[in-house]
Amino acid sequence: MPLLKAMHKIRLVTFIAVTLWVTGCGEQGPQSRSVYMLMDTSGTYTQEIYKAQHILNYLLATLSSGDSIAVARIDSGSFSEKDIIAKATFDERPSMANQQKRAFKQELDAFVDQLKKGSRHTDITGGLLQAAEFLNETGADKKMVLIFSDLEEDLDSGHVRNFPMTLSGIEVVALNVTKLRSDNIDPREYLKRLENWQTRVSNGGGYWRVMNDLDRLERLIADY
Amino acid sequence: MSSELLTLWSNQPALSLAIWAAMIIFMMYLGRKPSHQLLRSSGRGIYRLMRLSARTLALWQEALAERNRSIILASGKDATERAIEREFERIKDIVARDLAHYPSLHRQISDVVGKIETDYHASAETPPAPPSWLDAVEAVGAIPKSADPAVAKIMDNIHDTIVAAHDETLSAYRKSSQERHRILGKLQPLWRNMVSQLGEVNTKFEGIGDRARIIDEKMQEYQKIREGEESVLQALTLSSLTQFFIGGVVLVIAVMGGLINFQLIAMPMSEMVGGNSYIGGMRTSDIAALVIILVEIAMGLFLLESLRITHLFPIIGSMDDKMRRKMMLITLTILTILATVEASLAYMRDLLALDREALTQSLAGNTVVEANFRWIPSVGQMVMGFILPFALAFVAIPLESFVHAARTVLGLVAQGVLQLLSVCSRLLGTLGMYSCRVLTHLYDLVIMVPLSIETWVAQGRIKFNSREALPSYRYAYSGNDNQGNHSVSDDLRGGLSADVVEPELPMEETSTDSGRKTTARKSTTKTTTRKTTPRKSRTKKEDNDDAIIESNA
Repeated sequence: MPLLKAMHKIRLVTFIAVTLWVTGCGEQGPQSRSVYMLMDTSGTYTQEIYKAQHILNYLLATLSSGDSIAVARIDSGSFSEKDIIAKATFDERPSMANQQKRAFKQELDAFVDQLKKGSRHTDITGGLLQAAEFLNETGADKKMVLIFSDLEEDLDSGHVRNFPMTLSGIEVVALNVTKLRSDNIDPREYLKRLENWQTRVSNGGGYWRVMNDLDRLERLIADY
Repeated sequence: MSSELLTLWSNQPALSLAIWAAMIIFMMYLGRKPSHQLLRSSGRGIYRLMRLSARTLALWQEALAERNRSIILASGKDATERAIEREFERIKDIVARDLAHYPSLHRQISDVVGKIETDYHASAETPPAPPSWLDAVEAVGAIPKSADPAVAKIMDNIHDTIVAAHDETLSAYRKSSQERHRILGKLQPLWRNMVSQLGEVNTKFEGIGDRARIIDEKMQEYQKIREGEESVLQALTLSSLTQFFIGGVVLVIAVMGGLINFQLIAMPMSEMVGGNSYIGGMRTSDIAALVIILVEIAMGLFLLESLRITHLFPIIGSMDDKMRRKMMLITLTILTILATVEASLAYMRDLLALDREALTQSLAGNTVVEANFRWIPSVGQMVMGFILPFALAFVAIPLESFVHAARTVLGLVAQGVLQLLSVCSRLLGTLGMYSCRVLTHLYDLVIMVPLSIETWVAQGRIKFNSREALPSYRYAYSGNDNQGNHSVSDDLRGGLSADVVEPELPMEETSTDSGRKTTARKSTTKTTTRKTTPRKSRTKKEDNDDAIIESNA
């Protein structure tokens, strides 16, 4: 009889454990997010840098504990850690995360204040490659690259960037893609430029999106 | 496909349809008997199955009703026992509190009575003793007064002396009377004291008498419960329902309080256990907050159980008083610590909210403005964080009522459901049976043309046979059979349970191998009315028809 009772208890415990395991596996918590923002600092696009600052502030307010954020500039050679202006993975404790956000904002403000002159060339591909590397290292469940640029790539001589990129599982969002003077003359150039980037991102396994209306930033994270 | 079938027999769909209809009707006519049997047996089968299930459900319902009855009576008995026990406890308290001083009171009253008795004896009137020289005075008084002046003088002196002695005696008597009155006057407060003390005793005894009356009433109620009287059962059921609803309402209020408490401590908990870890889709901080609240409720349960207010855990109630007191102290301490933790968490929540607000403002580019009287909500949150755990601790009382009443209510609901199912089952059975009957009639309605032809043919043949071959046979149509699904052709073929007038054979008893007596028909003709089962009747009629056909041949 005691053996029978013990067997009954074991069965009960096993059933409870399996039930808990099944219910636990059935529903996971919110996935961690990682955002990498590329800011074009070449030529006249530096004038748009305040918009990028606004977007980053919005992101800082939206991201929570466990999420990662980094901001880097696009210059003549962007495939470098030196171009990362600030980066942070927010602490699990809300108070610490708030402090990190403040520090991040200060670094960004300092960078914007000291930015006087834009770079001569625009290496967007290098920046994207650097972003993919950073995002994959964070191990986040959702990865996003925000490109704040007119998407007009202008590589320095000797730089090789015409090879396929690996962007699997990364969502690439082009923000504030301004129209150039030449685009106004022939809008097909603008469309072709966007299409070209879309093809490159899609071929690399990423997802492409364009968002020019910065008044609807909530969609940026809501869709994410 | 359907159009091909429609034009299978002819190019004209109407004609083809008519051929199809004729074929179907013919096929149905041929398969009439098995179809009727199928429908009949299906109807009966459904009916019996449903009746059986209804009976089973009714039995379950009866068993459940008995169980409910015993539960209600047991709970009523338990409650009454507890009430009686409480009354006895009160009497014990009264006795311990008031009548414990009775010996001293009795001593006081005895002292007073003794004193009164002494004083009474002291105040007793003692008549003055007659002087011993009274006889001498009488003898002297008998001497004539006018005989001698010396004697008269002596007599006067004696008179004066006697008057003086009388006055002296009277004065002494008055003095002693005054003394007695003084003593009696001193007795008055003693009497009053004794009256008040006796009144006090009376009041106390009256209190005990009231309690005894209440115990009598409870005992009568208890007796009724033991006897299982219907009125008591109904009263207890109603009481359970009331308790269930009241307990439910209070529990809902408690749940709301718990939610508020949860909101107070969930966010600051993320500072302790991290805000990014999850267990099965729920934040660890939320689970931690929930656990704290549940532990508080559990501590409240144990506390009230230790105080013997609730009786959810008999093992706690049956502990010895020392252990119970220890447990009470421990649970109260844990509850207080948890309440303090909650108060601090509530304060931390306020700080975090402020910090987040400041960050949001700075990210939006606004300057952070310090609000006035910001300390008021902070203090409010802290007080709420401290009070709510104690308020939640009292959830044990409605919970106990709810749990006890839920047994009765759930039993009643289950009883009602079973009853409803039983009725539905019966209705379905009857519906199934009558549906099959209606289908049988519908079947006959579809094939009414061949049936009518069959009837005409059969009638003509019977008329011919009755005229030519068997004039002594008469058939009388009897209407419906027991199954209620006969047809005219069936009747004419011998399916009638008819009153048949046939030549009566003489009955003679013969014994079979098994020793059973059977009857054989004799040749005398006699009119009898046979009541046999339809199947048997139909078989005999068929035999008769066969005999008629053979004789015709």
